[in-house]
Amino acid sequence: MKKLVPTIGLETHVQLNTRTKIWCGCRVEAGAEPNTNVCPVCMGYPGSLPVLNKEAVKKTVQTGLLLGCEIGLRSKHDRKSYFYPDMPKNYQITQFDQPLCLGGLLAFEVDGTEHTVRLNRIHLEEDVGKSTHLRGASGVDYNRAGTPLMEIVTEADIHSAEEAFGYLSALKRILEYGGVSNCNLELGNIRCDVNVSVAEEGGPLGTKAEIKNMNTFRGVHRALQYEIKRQTKAVANAEALIQETRRWDDDQGVTSSMRTKEDAHDYRYFPDPDLAAVVLLEEQVEEWRAELPELPAARQKRFLEEYGLPEYDAGVLVADLEVANYFEAVVKAADGNAKGASNWVMTEVMRVLSETGQSPSQLRISANALGSLISMVDKKTLNGPKAKEVFALLVEEGGDPEQVVKEKGWAQVNDAGAIETFVQQVIEENPGPVEDYKSGKKAALQYLMGQVMKLSKGKANPRAVSELLKERLA
Amino acid sequence: MSGLASKTMGELRDLLSTGACSSREIVQSVADRIRAVDQEVNAYLEVDEEAGLAAADEADRKRAAGESGALLGIPVAVKDLLNVEGQSCRCASKLLEGYISPYDATCVAHVKAAGGIPFGRVNMDEFAMGASTEHSAFGVTKNPWNRDHVSGGSSGGSAAAVAADEAIVSLGSDTGGSVRQPASFCGCVGLKPGYGRVSRYGLTAFASSLDQVGVLSKTVADAADTLQVISGHDPKDTTSDPSAVPDFSAALSTDLKGMKIGIAEEFFGSGVRADVASRVRAAIDACVNLGAEPVPVSFPHLDYAVSVYYILAPAEASANLSRFDGIRYGNRVEAEDPVSLMKQTRDAGFGDEVKRRILLGTYVLSSGYYDAYYVKALKARALIKQDFDAVFTKCDVLMSPVAPTPAYRIGQGQEDPMALYLGDILTIPANLSGGCGLSVPCGFSEDGLPVGLQILGPALAEEHILRAGFAFEQSSTWSSHKPEVKGM
Repeated sequence: MKKLVPTIGLETHVQLNTRTKIWCGCRVEAGAEPNTNVCPVCMGYPGSLPVLNKEAVKKTVQTGLLLGCEIGLRSKHDRKSYFYPDMPKNYQITQFDQPLCLGGLLAFEVDGTEHTVRLNRIHLEEDVGKSTHLRGASGVDYNRAGTPLMEIVTEADIHSAEEAFGYLSALKRILEYGGVSNCNLELGNIRCDVNVSVAEEGGPLGTKAEIKNMNTFRGVHRALQYEIKRQTKAVANAEALIQETRRWDDDQGVTSSMRTKEDAHDYRYFPDPDLAAVVLLEEQVEEWRAELPELPAARQKRFLEEYGLPEYDAGVLVADLEVANYFEAVVKAADGNAKGASNWVMTEVMRVLSETGQSPSQLRISANALGSLISMVDKKTLNGPKAKEVFALLVEEGGDPEQVVKEKGWAQVNDAGAIETFVQQVIEENPGPVEDYKSGKKAALQYLMGQVMKLSKGKANPRAVSELLKERLA
Repeated sequence: MSGLASKTMGELRDLLSTGACSSREIVQSVADRIRAVDQEVNAYLEVDEEAGLAAADEADRKRAAGESGALLGIPVAVKDLLNVEGQSCRCASKLLEGYISPYDATCVAHVKAAGGIPFGRVNMDEFAMGASTEHSAFGVTKNPWNRDHVSGGSSGGSAAAVAADEAIVSLGSDTGGSVRQPASFCGCVGLKPGYGRVSRYGLTAFASSLDQVGVLSKTVADAADTLQVISGHDPKDTTSDPSAVPDFSAALSTDLKGMKIGIAEEFFGSGVRADVASRVRAAIDACVNLGAEPVPVSFPHLDYAVSVYYILAPAEASANLSRFDGIRYGNRVEAEDPVSLMKQTRDAGFGDEVKRRILLGTYVLSSGYYDAYYVKALKARALIKQDFDAVFTKCDVLMSPVAPTPAYRIGQGQEDPMALYLGDILTIPANLSGGCGLSVPCGFSEDGLPVGLQILGPALAEEHILRAGFAFEQSSTWSSHKPEVKGM
């Protein structure tokens, strides 16, 4: 028997971060009291009609542009019928055969290997409400109903759980860069269904299963690992698989059958007569393209060229949009010292971020403050060790570094006369180490330097101290 | 002042403006008339007399304060599928019992803004599915001219109320003839504007691509004035037309010089009863005498209209009516789980005709049948629209009967729904093509029931059909005939 390989396609639902819902003026807002952001339209009251939110179209088109899709200049909306209490109209308005975006590509790396996944389409639809099971009753919150939702559908180009994970991570980064979604997985901003089948390499595709109910990318990864193993075993044992929808149980770590093809829904799609076709002009699309932010790859390239950063450093900095933005703000405030800014951001700042779980925008030390701190070191008004102390203080309390240095009296002592006095005193008080140094124990210099710094309360310019000490002990 | 309910809206506006009567007297007169005769007619599902009188007092105060408005102080009967904030809106269905509208339909908001008083909810076929008002869950509305006969439908309550002087004017809706046919059956004026002229926001949808809010009134001028108030682009309805609304009453004139009247023999085919055809031909002759020029035209695809309509309308309806599930509003049959709750609610709440159409619509949209039925019907609809457009390159308006027969006996159509459906053949083309249509009384059948003249025009050409209807009405006396409903 030939090698068995999995074939995977992903359908990712992404909530857009528009201010209002897709068909009405109700706010899109997480965490509001149930059924407070609702109106006759998003509650499906008799006589209400949908009006398409232009911002949702724009964000979907921008996503398509970021992913290299062809933009459907003429798209339309269709009704997809099925009964469920969380769906106010018992049909979902979606796009069936004329979506806003067609095709597209997403490239990403997994363990140093480049992968490319082709996209089939991106269409724009409405989210549904949320059912909750209360004691002895069911409740539905329709606040979420009508949240604009993009469905991003891949071709079956993925062949492992790791690739699926890599695809989702890369997709999330692009969505963040595009500013089209808040990308908060805990709030369900991104939800993914997978289609997976296993078959002999090079042969016809196997019987696929659709897996639902994964809430995290890690869940997608685990569900795929489980399902690939299950199907591989079945195929290897020549057991028949049925086409079905399976539910992932994250606690148990297993998938189980929800429904088979026989009882699959007939969604009875037809064009929604309440909505005219969406006709976009090329100029409109170009206008939206011009508003797009720089993508990670382009930004990394610019960081190499503009700031002279090593490729690795640039890659680390652009991996997170906010970090990249913070870094650039630091560079600006540090009078263009990009190397200094990247050192500080990649070591100190990222350490604080990982320790506290904060995002750059939540940091108490602003990019401006860090920039002027770097400037002070560059201008020799503050030495390195003291700068670290100031940084630690600003991380805790925020504020202006110049103010802190002034208050603490930490300004670097560059005055030759003052340093001369400290050096003289240390030489006189430490005959032993002085002898050691003169007899060839170079390490003794470090000790003597430490004594001078101590005497200066850490404020002396370390380079000046070292040079003077060497001169006097020569 | 007594007998105010029997006056036209135009007459009442004059009386109000000269101070000869008050809005309170008008509403009281209408309420008294309803109380006196509606047990016989059953046009109304609900009347809140107290609220109506309070609104009338408010209108009288406004008038005294110098305010004016096209409908200031005029009561308007509202078909039970239009949302009026704070009122029930049951669509004559048990399923929506208990539902109180949280908002005004745009046309209702326009009526209120013009000073009109939404007064009473009038009967209809459940969810506008039917042509006789026999399919109301709350009893049939009877024809004021002969209570053994139907009032037509689905806006039968609107037409009967206006004809029996239980209303001054009424808002209805027309999906396949639901304003024009009951107007014809009851002997009043029925106007179906072009698709997009009046916002559908707040009109409970039957078939969204065909539905249009319409007016039932005692005169063509009243219809024109009411249309003026409710027309216009609505940002809440993307299918509403953005173009400017013309001055409809300015288009009314008593001569028809220069107007070309199309006559398509297909509209006088074998199904049309001879007495109906002869009344309509006489009316066309009268229009020619007023200066119009008759032009023979053809409408080759008319025979497909009913089949197309009874595929597309139920298809759209099957989705539109999905929302009625007992979860968020209306009646509910409690059950163990949400799916059973929805099933049982719908089973108990919908009447047979509604169920029949939901089943039909579900079927034609099902995978495997979609292309054979739905897609094919869309193609045929395009052909009918072509016919419609071609006709109006040769003439300004098309004249025909509204329905092949006058109002039939209650119960007569129940055994054979297909025969009933065929009765819509002459009105459906206007809905399939988005055009406008008017029904104007043009005489009586051999059995003494009203016959209507249908005047059709292309989309948004209401000025033409109103002009023709007005001229004919002014030249004849048919509109002044009143049914005898004595009441108690």
